[in-house]
Amino acid sequence: MADAKVIPFDEDRPRRRVAGSRRVRAVPAPEPVAEAVEAAVAEPAAVESGGAAWDRRIAGGLAFLRRRVTGDYEVDEFGYDKELTDQVLMSLMRPLFDKYFRVEVKGIENIPAEGGALIVANHSGTLPLDGLMMQVAVHDHHPAQRHLRLLAADLVFMLPVVNELARKAGHTLACSEDAQRLLEAGELVGVMPEGFKGIGKPFGDRYKLQRFGRGGFVSTALRAGTPIVPCSIVGAEEIYPMVGNAKTVARLLGIPYFPITPTFPWLGPLGAVPLPTKWTIQFGEPIATDGYPPEAAEDPMLMFNLTDEVREQIQHTLYKLLVQRRSVFF
Amino acid sequence: MGKVVLVTGAARQLGGRFVRRVQRDPEVARVIAVDAVAPPHRLGSAEFIRTDIRQSSIARVLAEHAVDTVVHLAVTGGGAGAGGTGSAVKETNVIGTMQLLGACQKSPTVRRLVVKSSTSVYGGASRDPAVFTETTQPKSLPAGGFAKDAVEVESYVRGFARRRPDVAVCVLRFANILGPYADSALAEYFSMPVMPTVLGYDPRLQFVHEDDVLDVLRLAAGEPGRGTLNSGTFNIAGDGVLLLSQCARRLGRPTVPLLLPAVTWVGSALRAVGVTDFSPEQIRLLTHGRVVETSQMRDVLGFKPMYTTVETFADFARSRGKGLLPPEQAGQVVDRVAAALKVDSLNVGVAGAEEGAQR
Repeated sequence: MADAKVIPFDEDRPRRRVAGSRRVRAVPAPEPVAEAVEAAVAEPAAVESGGAAWDRRIAGGLAFLRRRVTGDYEVDEFGYDKELTDQVLMSLMRPLFDKYFRVEVKGIENIPAEGGALIVANHSGTLPLDGLMMQVAVHDHHPAQRHLRLLAADLVFMLPVVNELARKAGHTLACSEDAQRLLEAGELVGVMPEGFKGIGKPFGDRYKLQRFGRGGFVSTALRAGTPIVPCSIVGAEEIYPMVGNAKTVARLLGIPYFPITPTFPWLGPLGAVPLPTKWTIQFGEPIATDGYPPEAAEDPMLMFNLTDEVREQIQHTLYKLLVQRRSVFF
Repeated sequence: MGKVVLVTGAARQLGGRFVRRVQRDPEVARVIAVDAVAPPHRLGSAEFIRTDIRQSSIARVLAEHAVDTVVHLAVTGGGAGAGGTGSAVKETNVIGTMQLLGACQKSPTVRRLVVKSSTSVYGGASRDPAVFTETTQPKSLPAGGFAKDAVEVESYVRGFARRRPDVAVCVLRFANILGPYADSALAEYFSMPVMPTVLGYDPRLQFVHEDDVLDVLRLAAGEPGRGTLNSGTFNIAGDGVLLLSQCARRLGRPTVPLLLPAVTWVGSALRAVGVTDFSPEQIRLLTHGRVVETSQMRDVLGFKPMYTTVETFADFARSRGKGLLPPEQAGQVVDRVAAALKVDSLNVGVAGAEEGAQR
């Protein structure tokens, strides 16, 4: 139902065949089987060293706890707490990633193993879960286990508790100073240039990319000389189908939009549970930016062209992934 | 002929230490220490002149002694001791600086001016970039208190630098100064038995050690070294960052997270009974934190701090008494839990914990 509005351009196989393939795959999908096999293989090993493994885990946990209570850990200048992110925050997000949204990651090899790169993704889903899932995807699926540093809106840093967690998870304010500093330090930076226009768009506009800000991310990448990796996320649009926007409430609360979904706010906290959609995150071919002269970052025409190139590539991949998708939930 | 150095704010801890330090410099012939109150500490061979820099008499002092280097340290956040009310501090900071700069402008002998400022000129809000450079424009200017004074002082100093291009002007923006002798508002805050914090915020803090402050002031007051330049504006801070929660744990002081409005009430209550100076500006620091870029300090000024932020804080923590929850005890509790678990598990658990602790 989600791909009803999608026009599959450039796709060589017609839609009917997709529908056909869906019927064929109605028998157990290959993926869960693979998962089950993996689990079966992993289990005996776990049983063998069961006690010892648990002891080691407890010991590791206690050592971690000891460092935490004595304050003996390090954060970087952005407030990124690597240890907390690896040991706690990632483990909290992983079940959501593996079990709930069953995220399929494609094209991870397009992310360089070292050095800076700017990952540009579409933004959707009312709550920025897509950014967090992208962070888990990069960390868990990249062979170098790279950490993604997300750029977040200033609203994130205004909210108590949220700002603290965001900083500790390695996120920082979406401004060119911070982005450039991270890129020049060789970090992997994730940005969603659609911002609130993307995340807070009505359900009817799903998978239609909004304007990409003013293209500031391109000039930042150019200045830092790092490649731009386009990223398309499918599945996040349907987690909270936003059918309405209570603008007055939003204005009263000082937030950019107040979502009304079929379940929220009618069911209260239960309505805040996202729908268990099946996600795909595809990283595309990197777009090199190191071939330009230093003054290129000031050239508005080049900025517009590069922004459009990135935008087109993401939109294109989105359509492609939507056509391949069997259903929203499986 | 040696240099004649005039130091304002000599009655304060930092000013006094700088006066004693700078007279050991072979380049320096005489040191004139100036303050409105008599210093409680020795000033060595320096000549102390009791004068208020808010008065025009400071111009006479400059002329009489043919001063060629002025080190202006009388820009302070009030804090403990030298205290006084907020308006008096503000007047010394702003009017005193104006008088001093006016006197310097008329003086034909002044060649060098060093001004102590603070990184609080950057303000600090949720919309600010994570790291401030010397050229960052603050998103929201500080509304009052020391930060506003520092902003005003700096703007007067910039005006002076324009009018007297022959004078080398160096503005040093210091991060929070800590050390065994620190008497700043932040040092007082860290000495409270229970530290009130803002609920849901864990600010990033940066410190600079007192010894490094003295060293960099001497560097700025002297002739620039080869390949360096000691005029301009520089951020001065130790490497690295500490979160407020880390600071509290390392000090062993429990924290009480309060909602932001409640912190303001508690702050004004504590202020009223004179426990500590809990200004709105300090609450701002404890909400959003502040981190500055120090590459200019390294590359242009040619200064390398001896202490990192973490080392500075460790030195400060050593000088203060133990808190209610010393980190060693907290660590022992965890070790005891590990030891208790050994009873029903194998040795691996404890060995692993020790290994982890060593790491």
